[in-house]
Amino acid sequence: MPIHEKSLIRPENIKTHDELVIDGIDVSGHWSTFIESRVISDYNEALQEEISALPGGENIHRCFQCGSCTNSCTVNALNSEFNPRHWIYLIRLGMEEELLRDKDILWQCVSCNKCTYACPRDVAPEGVMKAASHWLELKGHTPKSPSTLFDTVFTDQVMETGLIEESRTIRGFFGLTNQSLTQGWLIEMVKRMIRHLPIEMLMKMGLATILRPKTKNWDAARDAMREYTAEQHALHAKALKLDQVTPKENN
Amino acid sequence: MSDEREKYKNVAYYPGCALEGTGHAYNKSTKAIGKALDLGLEEVKNWNCCGAMEVKNIDPKLQTYLSSRVMSIASNEMDHDVVMAPCNGCYHNLKKAEYELENDQEAVEVVDQISNKAGHETYKAGEIETIHALDWIKKAVGEEELEKKIKGGLKGLKVANYYGCMYTRPRNIYPEKDQGEGSESTLKPHYMDDLLAVAGADNVEFPLKTACCGGAHTLSDSDTSTKLVLNILMAAEASGAEVIATECPTCHTGLEMHQIRAEKMFGKKTNVKIVYFTQLLGMALGLSKRKVGLQENISDSYALMKEKGIA
Repeated sequence: MPIHEKSLIRPENIKTHDELVIDGIDVSGHWSTFIESRVISDYNEALQEEISALPGGENIHRCFQCGSCTNSCTVNALNSEFNPRHWIYLIRLGMEEELLRDKDILWQCVSCNKCTYACPRDVAPEGVMKAASHWLELKGHTPKSPSTLFDTVFTDQVMETGLIEESRTIRGFFGLTNQSLTQGWLIEMVKRMIRHLPIEMLMKMGLATILRPKTKNWDAARDAMREYTAEQHALHAKALKLDQVTPKENN
Repeated sequence: MSDEREKYKNVAYYPGCALEGTGHAYNKSTKAIGKALDLGLEEVKNWNCCGAMEVKNIDPKLQTYLSSRVMSIASNEMDHDVVMAPCNGCYHNLKKAEYELENDQEAVEVVDQISNKAGHETYKAGEIETIHALDWIKKAVGEEELEKKIKGGLKGLKVANYYGCMYTRPRNIYPEKDQGEGSESTLKPHYMDDLLAVAGADNVEFPLKTACCGGAHTLSDSDTSTKLVLNILMAAEASGAEVIATECPTCHTGLEMHQIRAEKMFGKKTNVKIVYFTQLLGMALGLSKRKVGLQENISDSYALMKEKGIA
């Protein structure tokens, strides 16, 4: 069955009848399974355009549905619902409602780039996954995913200091996502980590958390990057029409 | 040939953030083998983070800028032709920035604009060559010379060579790979295999050389990462490996962390040890376990190396 007809055979669309006769022909039972007829009228015609306006989504229009991305996908091997080919198809057709069914797993792409490696059309599906995840968040369909929260904590720190001091990033992320720093496996790891660590290394790591290492003369770079990011955010908001208030709401 | 070797004997060194933290043993052992092989590493002055995966996800061109600044300093301020990055993430990002600046005019403009405001010279494509620590040993020393310097060796230690994602993918940012004999393969990389074979390791046939460890979501989607790492650990054990050799601090720490997590959360215990390839190479060159920071790994391979009579 072609991938775009997947929605037709969902359990709620499959009909069997215990006793049904049509034009004198008995169509009862399992041998005469019907698929509910349906009309799609709620296409979002701007969907592909919006997602291709976000970083990573630029080449989505090139896809010819060969399926190499899904076939090579690391996450698909763990969860068959994670299906880049299917989502690219839905986006290109504007089937927003169908796409939203998978909104809570779409962010789980691990960026291994196997899809981008395999893609014969340079769609860069890994980028499309990022663009689609950001689209879901910007449109308010999902809260910021744990991945986006981590990216934000990390990027803020790089912009601020030019460097990453890992324990600060981890503390920031765990705080933001209400995760405990005293989970069993984490304690076990820290125990094994410090068991043989030389004293000077421990001192250095401890000092780094207090002193906060920083790239020298970084402020100008920080400001330039902040400025650029603000410009980009405004452009994205415009492309997704987040900046427009409809006249009705305005009145 | 010797001129070609000379070019790689003194290179700019970009350790990156992870090698100052969780990957410190990789930093230590990389410097130690450089010294043992008479190679010069000059650390990039006042470097910054390459942007890693996270900044790319927020905005790819910011990552291009961050990586370009590192290359600009190494090339314009330190006059180097080659920069070596042992971390797969840094290596990948510098290569990616190089590719973008070669092929995307918009990226060139954004990088120029930010560089001007930040007050340093704009990096231009082609000014410096980025290499990985594996390329470094291959190009500056080569198997033949390396063999002469091996003292003690790895005594048939069974090794699964694990390269990870970012060393080979996507293919377009690595134009020098897949160029026939002598070049690295993106489908079945072999540089680490080659070097460790010379050092006396018994490389096992390992099918997951370039599988993903889930490093991008190691904290944001830990269960996925644990499952991916467990695949790698179990495949290595099934291949008969005693250790997994790594070449990336994110992969290395990910394997160590999720080995513990798999045991604690899923009850799946694996015994294969995780060691940086630079640590193995260092010990094969006669450096002590301490010199290559073996005891600093979370995965404790000390007893195994002792039993094997390595270093």
